[in-house]
Amino acid sequence: MSEIAAFIAQTIRIAIPYLFAASGGVVAERAGVVSLTLEGFMLTGAFAATLGSYYSGSPWIGVLCGIGGGLVFGVIHAVASIRYRADQIVTGIAINLLAVGLTRFFLLMAFDSSSNSPRVPGFGVTGDAASLTGALLRNPLVWLGLLAIPAAAWLVHYTPFGLRVRAVGEHPAAAETLGVPVRRVRYLAVALSGILAGLGGVYLALDQHQFTDSMTAGRGFIALAAIIFGRWEPVRAGLACLLFAAAETLQIQLQGMQGIPSQFVQMIPYVLTIVAVGGFVARSTPPAALGKVSE
Amino acid sequence: MTTPATRRRVEEALLPPLVALLVALVVGDILIILVGQSPSAVFSLMLSGTWGNWYGFGQVLYKATTLICTGLAVSFALRAGLFNIGAEGQLAAGGFAAAVMGLVLPAGTPGLLAVPICILAALAAGGVVGAIPGVMKARFGAHEVIVTIMLNFIVLALLNWIVASHLHVPETLHTPDMRAGTVARLMDWVPAFHGSAVNASLFIALAAAGVMGWMLFRTRAGYELRAVGLQPDAAEYGGVKVGTIWMKAFLISGALAGLGGINYVLGYKYYYEEGFAAGSGFLGIAVALVGRNHPLGVVIAAFLFATLSQGGLAIHALVPKQMVEVLQGVVILAVAAAVPEVRRLVLGARSGAPT
Repeated sequence: MSEIAAFIAQTIRIAIPYLFAASGGVVAERAGVVSLTLEGFMLTGAFAATLGSYYSGSPWIGVLCGIGGGLVFGVIHAVASIRYRADQIVTGIAINLLAVGLTRFFLLMAFDSSSNSPRVPGFGVTGDAASLTGALLRNPLVWLGLLAIPAAAWLVHYTPFGLRVRAVGEHPAAAETLGVPVRRVRYLAVALSGILAGLGGVYLALDQHQFTDSMTAGRGFIALAAIIFGRWEPVRAGLACLLFAAAETLQIQLQGMQGIPSQFVQMIPYVLTIVAVGGFVARSTPPAALGKVSE
Repeated sequence: MTTPATRRRVEEALLPPLVALLVALVVGDILIILVGQSPSAVFSLMLSGTWGNWYGFGQVLYKATTLICTGLAVSFALRAGLFNIGAEGQLAAGGFAAAVMGLVLPAGTPGLLAVPICILAALAAGGVVGAIPGVMKARFGAHEVIVTIMLNFIVLALLNWIVASHLHVPETLHTPDMRAGTVARLMDWVPAFHGSAVNASLFIALAAAGVMGWMLFRTRAGYELRAVGLQPDAAEYGGVKVGTIWMKAFLISGALAGLGGINYVLGYKYYYEEGFAAGSGFLGIAVALVGRNHPLGVVIAAFLFATLSQGGLAIHALVPKQMVEVLQGVVILAVAAAVPEVRRLVLGARSGAPT
């Protein structure tokens, strides 16, 4: 029984950053803006949270700084791709490179290290496997992360803003004609995606009580994979996040046993995503105006 | 020859990279001042550390070699209207295949035979990885950006598994030394290059750029490819098999990226090492963008980015070399933002002017 509890706890622990990033990313994608940027948003959020928590001594200030970091990068991406109509795939790659470069630069400036920051205050106690469940329950970011997907689903499907997001992502010209401020909706969607992915980074940094170079390690892309595997539907994307996290947990818990090499478990999200976009399981239709700029 | 039309085309091609460099210069200044150094001192050190001495210049040439290949790869796909984000994985696969081929060949195989075989192995491995998104797009309508991103992770994990569990030298993450197929370093011919990694792969990369230019602009296949890139529906209507072109374009694009692997493997280390691609695949996107998808532009842009990355090492005493990574990101972001803006301005100027 305790093994099952440990499995669930570990799965949730791994899934929280995915859930944060995917919930925001799915809104941005539904508004027609490509979410290649999640990785960069998370990394900036993680670094800003570390700075805030370190200098203030309070993880809550860290959370605010992390939100700010993700938001700033979200706005940069939004301005480049909406105001200047830059190719969103290219700006996405630029944002990710920029996030790696800037966090490395300021890691060196602030903490005189090219690998990691000193220990910073976080929520609860971690590191003790026996109390993992307890530590999770005491971490407010865990609750927030679990709520992020239902909140995104509610936002997209049951609010006027969500209706606008979907209209803008499917047929911006028609939305414009009906008086929907296409650009403003997209700005808001991308900003929200920056904030939420930033929170995913905050969770990572505070959970490990430090920032390490490139600590997001592809998690933003796993979140993107979850969005696509979930066929741009918030709840399905959330379930995909849990699935990917469960696979990782299984791999960690089976370590040492003769079986599947860890590299093959790492591949699962990516292989499943390719299978999904190939339409082998069910028809996969992205938002019609995804990645297209409106005049 | 300076008709308004050609002038506009030149303006449209050159203005965005120039604007981007200017923006990068300003951001660079800000970062340098933040560190408490003088921008002019840092930038002049960057120049003297790269183009100012033989070793630095050799390193620029070495770094440019890989970037030329990945830049050509991304450009070639873009000319067909396809976005190849998978150059990173294709590059790694190419390098790996070349290294394995060099291991399999018997020691003492003459270079004239071994080198082309290793190069073919690199081309083939990159091509196979590249062909997957092409087939997925043509056959199943899968978006190539998603497939190439996901394939990067899959290929790198697969290579990691092969090397870590079957093929590595103990205590390292690289394969054993090749027995045949290595190419000469330039320092063997020009002693002044002593210590720098630049090797004969540079000429192969430049030749690839030449061949690509000829193919794109002088052959029927190139014409069809560009037609598909500009207007796939019109090309289809004109009798071009768009799906076939997509598959071929991705195959060749992947092969070009795979070719980049020989620079490190055949010319420098003589083995495949985990992580040798180190972002060169992604920088290829930047190179293609700044080079405006023209082979000559790609070569120039590859030198620019190679100068930046070698320059980062040169200035490390004054400013953290990570500044260069920031500048690379800034350049990409600024070019991407400037391209549509410049096009609009240039086209706007045309409709306004009575030509």
